[in-house]
Amino acid sequence: MSKEKFDYFIKGEKEKYEVVIGLEVHAQVLSKSKLFSGSSTKFGADPNNQVSLIDSAFPGMLPVINEECVKQAVRTGLGLNAKINNYSVFDRKNYFYADLPQGYQISQYKNPIVGEGKVLLDMPYGSKEIGIERLHLEQDAGKSIHDMDPSNTYVDLNRSGIALMEIVSKPDLRSPDEVNAYIKKLRSIMRYLGTCDGNMQEGSLRADVNVSVRKEGDKNFGTRCEIKNVNSIKFMQMAIEYEAARQVELIENGKEIDQETRLFDIKKNETRSMRSKEDAHDYRYFPDPDLLPLKLEQKLIDDLKKSLPELPDKKKERFIKEYGLNAYEANVLVSEKEISDYYEEVAKLSDKKLAATWMMGDLFAMLNDKGLDISKSPVSAKHFAELVQAIKSGEISGRIAKEVFEIMLETGDNPKKIIESKGLKQQSDPKELEKMINEILAKNKDKVDQYKSGKEKLFGFFVGQVMKSSGGKANPQLTNEILKKLLKG
Amino acid sequence: MADITNQSLNEIIENVKTKKVSSTELIKAYVKNIESAKKLNAFVTTTFDQALDKAKQFDNKPNFDQLLPGIPLAVKDLFCTENTKTTAGSNILNNFIPSYESTVTKNLWNHGSFLLGKLNCDEFAMGSSNETSHYGNVINPVGDQLVPGGSSGGSSSALAADLTPATIGTDTGGSIRQPASFTGTVGLKPTYGLCSRWGIVAFASSLDQAGPMTKTIKDCAIMLEAMSGFDEKDSTSINKKKEQYSKNLKDNIKGLKIGIPKEYRVDNMPKEVDELWEKGKKILKDLGAQLIDISLPHTKYALPTYYIVAPAEASSNLARYDGVRYGYRSKQGKDLIEMYEKTRSEGFGDEVKRRILIGTYVLSSGYYDAYYLKAQKVRQLIKKDFDDSFKKIDAILTPSTPSSAFKIGEKTNDPVSMYLNDIFTVPVNLAGLPALSMPAGVDKQGHPLGLQLIGKALDEQKILNIGYAFEKNCGFKNKIKKWWS
Repeated sequence: MSKEKFDYFIKGEKEKYEVVIGLEVHAQVLSKSKLFSGSSTKFGADPNNQVSLIDSAFPGMLPVINEECVKQAVRTGLGLNAKINNYSVFDRKNYFYADLPQGYQISQYKNPIVGEGKVLLDMPYGSKEIGIERLHLEQDAGKSIHDMDPSNTYVDLNRSGIALMEIVSKPDLRSPDEVNAYIKKLRSIMRYLGTCDGNMQEGSLRADVNVSVRKEGDKNFGTRCEIKNVNSIKFMQMAIEYEAARQVELIENGKEIDQETRLFDIKKNETRSMRSKEDAHDYRYFPDPDLLPLKLEQKLIDDLKKSLPELPDKKKERFIKEYGLNAYEANVLVSEKEISDYYEEVAKLSDKKLAATWMMGDLFAMLNDKGLDISKSPVSAKHFAELVQAIKSGEISGRIAKEVFEIMLETGDNPKKIIESKGLKQQSDPKELEKMINEILAKNKDKVDQYKSGKEKLFGFFVGQVMKSSGGKANPQLTNEILKKLLKG
Repeated sequence: MADITNQSLNEIIENVKTKKVSSTELIKAYVKNIESAKKLNAFVTTTFDQALDKAKQFDNKPNFDQLLPGIPLAVKDLFCTENTKTTAGSNILNNFIPSYESTVTKNLWNHGSFLLGKLNCDEFAMGSSNETSHYGNVINPVGDQLVPGGSSGGSSSALAADLTPATIGTDTGGSIRQPASFTGTVGLKPTYGLCSRWGIVAFASSLDQAGPMTKTIKDCAIMLEAMSGFDEKDSTSINKKKEQYSKNLKDNIKGLKIGIPKEYRVDNMPKEVDELWEKGKKILKDLGAQLIDISLPHTKYALPTYYIVAPAEASSNLARYDGVRYGYRSKQGKDLIEMYEKTRSEGFGDEVKRRILIGTYVLSSGYYDAYYLKAQKVRQLIKKDFDDSFKKIDAILTPSTPSSAFKIGEKTNDPVSMYLNDIFTVPVNLAGLPALSMPAGVDKQGHPLGLQLIGKALDEQKILNIGYAFEKNCGFKNKIKKWWS
């Protein structure tokens, strides 16, 4: 890992500015039914097909908490090394909108289910801790569809009432790269835990981004703007860059920054004012009288803690210790649970270090090329391990291995079969190799003389001749050794 | 046989069980009464055809083991009834037909009864005189100029006029007990959580509670037994074993300690109310109960506390009536916001608007701490007053209301004096306790007055027993002349 220095600053005409970022991530809880009703949460159903009387707020309907959603929030809190609150309260956030049937969203305001925690990021300039302020449970709203009809808005309530976890970070992030690392880390942790699928295309993970700037070295925060509901990391990064530059320009021109809510326009790549602080809603939060305070027994929390899977940070430590990987390799291989599972399966059956190198090289390049997740890899972990083992044992060279890998992709055959049927086995018999090399040297007496009189560059020529004559199968290491020995004599 | 409709529910059940009357005959008798009592305006909707079908079904295959065999019941129009219009007394629900049945009414039907019709009430149960209903005011059978109380005014009126053998109401601040007191009937507000709120149009969720309204204490016990019970669909429902209130009804109250709170003697209270209270004390004492003076020092804050908490919750509960998915929608309005504004302006009446405004105000940022939060704190103190007292007593006896039924229109322009009518009933809702209003006498105009028995949480059986003993020894008889037919 290169020890680069952190250097994300916005350079104004006069000064250098640091960007301060805090995120409110909305993560959809992975659960079969909604937070307060039995409706399904499955993505992609026909509009208004997963809506109960509760979700559509019919008279006299009452919410009942879905215990699984509570457990998922606790698991996530534990995964964020956070304090789990034994006592939390559901509040009503009151506002009118067509896709909010109750006229209020049930959320948690003063007493969230999860308190302070932290997330570790691996940045090129070292590891960085990002504070978590809180995590709370809340209902999602429905969806207003404005583009189906020129004069009417349509409402789809399938999403109405689905459980969300709002994860609020401290203003500890300082660059778009850190935001990228933070979102990926959160996503990874939640996917390990099985508490959120992290699917940004389906809206399972979105964020409100708070951005402010301050002169380098300033202790006080600048005035922040909140960019609402950004649904991809790339857009978050673009929005931050635009917004930070906008704020710097205002400051340098002696203008004030208004604390406001802004929208990010993807097409124009700019943020636009949505509403100012003065126009901010008064949500009139108060405890929802239809729900009792949520009291969690310590035993439930302890049991959930015991049943947590190994999380990326722990797994990374173990990979370094157990498999002798360096921090960079370990980091990449634990980033997704499926990748780490694949790696561990390969490592069990082959050389651990070599397995890491080959996975991160050829396997990832291939998956990337084909746009596949590792879970859909056309090469099974078992076959991949055989390939790694064939390299390690000297049966094939790295160059031949690439060839074998290609054939594996095409045919799905195991490497052993390919090596045998195509006769790709490496020539590693020293006697045979020596015989072949002697023949080559005999044919190139003039070059041998030149080499011996000091033209050592010719060594490569001899290696090339050996490879050519063996069809690439000569064991390179052995070839080198024998060549050196014979050329000395 | 003689007019069966002036009998008590218990007597009617006995007559059905002994086949002296069929369910069909019962229905026909009530239909006749209801049709001749349109002046009272107690019903918003009647379901005669449906009821007659059910009665015939019952008579063909009677099950006399049920609590309410073949008994027709009209209920307050705040309970959602499947396929029967449910208005909550409001224009905004003037076309609302639920696809579901409230838990409480479903419980009643499961015990053998069926729906006779939906009873008028104050709009969203906000009122003490049944004058805020979009469907017109209801008249008290006691006198053609008198209000029947509210918000369950259609229920009290129908019951007292023999238009239903028993009924149910809801009580958020006195909406069962005050109308019962005004009509010489029995009304019980159960412990918060004893009856499910699922399917009842919500007014103030932390205070709302459904309860029976009946002619006698025994009837009250039967109805409570039928309608109560744990419901997993209501998170505030209490999970406990069902009780057999009617079977366990006893009139021996010897040795019970009855608390008499000094704070319930208010200024300008008519002498008759005070005299009635004295009479009540004497009856209980003569029955062997021990009277103990107690103090509930925070009582005077109950009314202001109630008028912060209840509107706050109501302002949020009523946000769902926006004209988008069901109910009334204004035809005017060029965009979403204007549609909301027109729908709600045209859909809600003045009292509802007043309470939405009060509720919105007390929850607003900058006012929340001073009003809502403080009210919640006072609410805890009021509850603590009761908790402390109940360490040394079994029940509390107070007047139900500071006066008998007032005249129609008398208080409509003075909301505060209207609100003052709930002064003895609201503390009970704030504390979540059970309380019974039982008829105890009349004032000098001959208008009924009630006394209130307040019990410990889940002590319904005890206050029913005291009421049962009281009823036997009080000698009250409701003398209603059927002037309307």
